[in-house]
Amino acid sequence: MSLATFLQHCLTGISLGGAYALIAIGYTMVYGILRLINFAHGDLFMIAGYLMIFTLADFPWYIAIPIVLIGTVVIGIVIERLAYKPLRSAPRMSIMISAIGVSLLLQNLATYLFTALPRGYPEIPYLKRIFQFGTLSASFVTFLTPILTMVLVFLMVMMINKTKIGMAMRAVSKDYETAEIMGIKINSVVSFTFAIGSLLAAIGSILYFTDRMSVNPFSGSLPGLKCFVAAVLGGIGSIPGAMIGGFILGIGETFLVALGFSTFSDAFTFILLIVMLLVKPTGLFGEKATEKV
Amino acid sequence: MGNNVLRLEHCTMQFGGVVAVDNFSMEVNEHEIVALIGPNGAGKTTAFNFVTGVYEPTNGKVFFHDELMVANHPAGKMKKLYKGDPDQICEKIVRKTPDQITKLGIARTFQNIRLFKALTVFENVLIAKHMHAKSGLLKTAMHLNYREEIQMRKEAMELLEMQNLAAYRNDIASSLPYGQQRHLEIARALATNPTLLLLDEPAAGMNPQETDELAAFIKKTKEDFNLTVFLIEHHMDLVMGISDRIYVLDFGKMIAHGLPADIQNNDRVIQAYLGVEENA
Amino acid sequence: MKKSTKTLFNIIAVSIILAILIFLEMNKRKFSYDISIIERSMIYAVAAVAMNLTNGFTGLFSLGQAGFMAIGAYTVALLTIPVEARAGVFYVTGMNEFLSKIELPFIPALLLGGLFAAILAGLIGIPVLRLKSDYLAIATLGFSEIIRSIIASPQLNMITNGSYGLKKIPRFSSIFVPIALCCLCILIIVLLINSSYGRAFKAIREDETAAEAMGINLFKHKLTSFMISSFFTGVAGGLLASYMGTIDSGTFKITLTYDILLIVVLGGMGSVTGSILGSFLVTAGREWLRFFDQPLKVGNWQVPLFRTGFRMVVFSVLLMVVVLFYSKGLMGSKEFSWEGLVRFFKNLFTRKQKLNGGVSNGK
Ligand SMILES: Nc1ncnc2c1ncn2[C@@H]1O[C@H](COP(=O)(O)OP(=O)(O)O)[C@@H](O)[C@H]1O
Ligand SMILES: [Mg+2]
Repeated sequence: MSLATFLQHCLTGISLGGAYALIAIGYTMVYGILRLINFAHGDLFMIAGYLMIFTLADFPWYIAIPIVLIGTVVIGIVIERLAYKPLRSAPRMSIMISAIGVSLLLQNLATYLFTALPRGYPEIPYLKRIFQFGTLSASFVTFLTPILTMVLVFLMVMMINKTKIGMAMRAVSKDYETAEIMGIKINSVVSFTFAIGSLLAAIGSILYFTDRMSVNPFSGSLPGLKCFVAAVLGGIGSIPGAMIGGFILGIGETFLVALGFSTFSDAFTFILLIVMLLVKPTGLFGEKATEKV
Repeated sequence: MGNNVLRLEHCTMQFGGVVAVDNFSMEVNEHEIVALIGPNGAGKTTAFNFVTGVYEPTNGKVFFHDELMVANHPAGKMKKLYKGDPDQICEKIVRKTPDQITKLGIARTFQNIRLFKALTVFENVLIAKHMHAKSGLLKTAMHLNYREEIQMRKEAMELLEMQNLAAYRNDIASSLPYGQQRHLEIARALATNPTLLLLDEPAAGMNPQETDELAAFIKKTKEDFNLTVFLIEHHMDLVMGISDRIYVLDFGKMIAHGLPADIQNNDRVIQAYLGVEENA
Repeated sequence: MKKSTKTLFNIIAVSIILAILIFLEMNKRKFSYDISIIERSMIYAVAAVAMNLTNGFTGLFSLGQAGFMAIGAYTVALLTIPVEARAGVFYVTGMNEFLSKIELPFIPALLLGGLFAAILAGLIGIPVLRLKSDYLAIATLGFSEIIRSIIASPQLNMITNGSYGLKKIPRFSSIFVPIALCCLCILIIVLLINSSYGRAFKAIREDETAAEAMGINLFKHKLTSFMISSFFTGVAGGLLASYMGTIDSGTFKITLTYDILLIVVLGGMGSVTGSILGSFLVTAGREWLRFFDQPLKVGNWQVPLFRTGFRMVVFSVLLMVVVLFYSKGLMGSKEFSWEGLVRFFKNLFTRKQKLNGGVSNGK
């Protein structure tokens, strides 16, 4: 592998990792607050893909993008209200099963409405323009993804640490009951969390599918699982952690595919998970929290 | 140092920067009833939790029958955050899981009752007998351990009878009245055959009459089962009535210890604890 | 109800079931469709009861059913396809030299399938169950996908026949073989659940902290439950292989896991009889619901919605409805009893009376 190809793969990997990171943040935040593995998050990302296909058919990109972002956020909040909120005091397994139900429903609905065949993802102007840096060449989206990811992560961290709603989120994730007693409106915090997660998933979906060029009803399920693993790698609950986890997975996967181990690139993710749990169960940036007894 | 059942040496427990228990040393001698008192948030439950392996203390040693059972010192990030006594850093690290500690002979109840809610009263007690079973998985699963099973059931039943819970044996645990649930939790703890029993606010939520009965019951149980008892309690009548000695915590620090009569007249305690109680 | 009455009822019920089975066995040709539904239901019931052991009784969320079943199925298939037939099955690349000579009878192959599944469960469980069993769901789900992609990978053509799948797996000689094996598996799990270990599992499900305070080693018991469950899931996979005669990696998609999850949820988490009941309902229901996938015309009017894929939408809605509105499922955590059945019919009857405006017995 020459240096140029090596750098090329690095670039692709970082770009894929950026998209993973944006999805992973949604998992990490929801898990942090509700201790729920939101199995439907990956499918929401897939739905955002379809949404773009249909809106971009009728609207110019600068209108289509906001529609997709808002649409995805609304769907995310609605899912939480209908499928998770009623189960908040039920055993934790029930709410996870509900999440699986939503995931299945979204997949089956997409299959039913759009058939299982992949649909071409429309080209959003500028994103696919090729840039050349010496021997490296890549489309604009490849450069945009990691930069946008880092900017968004920076904004998120600021929000969590500096704003009132961010403080409320931290309080709820530390101690749900006490936060409730202290008068924090749990429902708005949860909705806000889902809104942010969905927004990032929608942005991630634009970046990811522009690179992949097609969407099918199952495009969200495996990336979804991987992104949860990314969140665990980085330390569940930590937003910068989710980003690092996403980058690790993206780069690792790209290199495995480049070396001809594409069958095992998925396995790589889960082996990484197992190894991480053995070595540092709290993840790279996670802090050990003692559950109150 | 002799004949104590439980001994804490310079134990500190921090949650991040919060010092819940601060350089706490104490001991419980054989056949004593020792009380741990202090205002809410003083760190009493936290002390129970690191004695029973639920938490890991940040620093300090816990001895059980003079053997080192739990020991830890600040490591990693905690090194910087550590606010306990810097001269009392314990070198050793000894860890035990809660089940190992139970097997050594320490049983406990929880401040916010933790029964197996959906199971029957009888099952709740029977489960505690599981750890003593000697038959292997295969034998047990195929029900070839009937002799042992019968013995387990007999012992569980005896405990229920002793606690006057036999009538409820087939009821779902969460359906019991509150006071009975506390009794069931004690029965369940006793079923593990402990030598040291830790009770976390056993009289919480009980009326004065029930509290008096509980006091008598604790004394009797201690004799019947040849136990040492270490308890956290807010009901002063109960504490003063049955304790041999009392330790007082305030904001994690031990502010007094001694005989009930001394504690009752200790100014600091009255300030920190009884004062609060009277105002509230 | 008296004990002797119950025994009588049990004997009658078992005799009726046996009579039906003998009747079906004697008229195999005519009832092949019904037989196949019964066999599939029973095999799914084993997988569902095994899932209930971890998810319903121990409170662990495992989603590796499809993967463990794949292990069991491929083990059984590879070991039982007659040696003569193997060249025909592996017509593309040929079979691995060493493997191609090994042939085992069905039962040992089945046990081996279960054993492999249990060992793999151990490999996943040891890191995951030690600290945070929360991640078990993701780890098992991921494992299940990996197994599928590994089975289908061209690198393993000589062993798993890659994406071509395996054919000519010997079928059951009679309906009694799978039924007896399934009953035996379920019986063993029931015995385990009702033993001291089963009580410990339930304690863990109810409250991990309290269970630990009762001297129960969480890790050891969780791992035990998970491995035993996976063993029987592997066995169910082996039975499925023999039932289907032909398998490929597509048989063991995640949807298989979700089918079994639906069975368990519908039947009631923590109820063995519920899982069995759920299994028959879901398996038969899938067949009945097939008409959802066909375009439907009433007179000249094309009924909307009915076309390919609708059945699965209905199916997922069903799962959601059960979880959200009937979270206890059919049986809750109770088991079937004759008293329960009598009560059920009584309630049904009185409710009907009320609905019909008949004399209600309340006021
Ligand atoms: N798991 C935990 N994580 C963070 N803080 C804790 C935890 N457990 C206890 N604390 C804190 O430690 C302090 C002492 O609590 P506790 O031991 O429960 O008090 P007490 O039992 O004396 O009322 C409190 O400030 C409490 O919030
Ligand atoms: Mg307390």
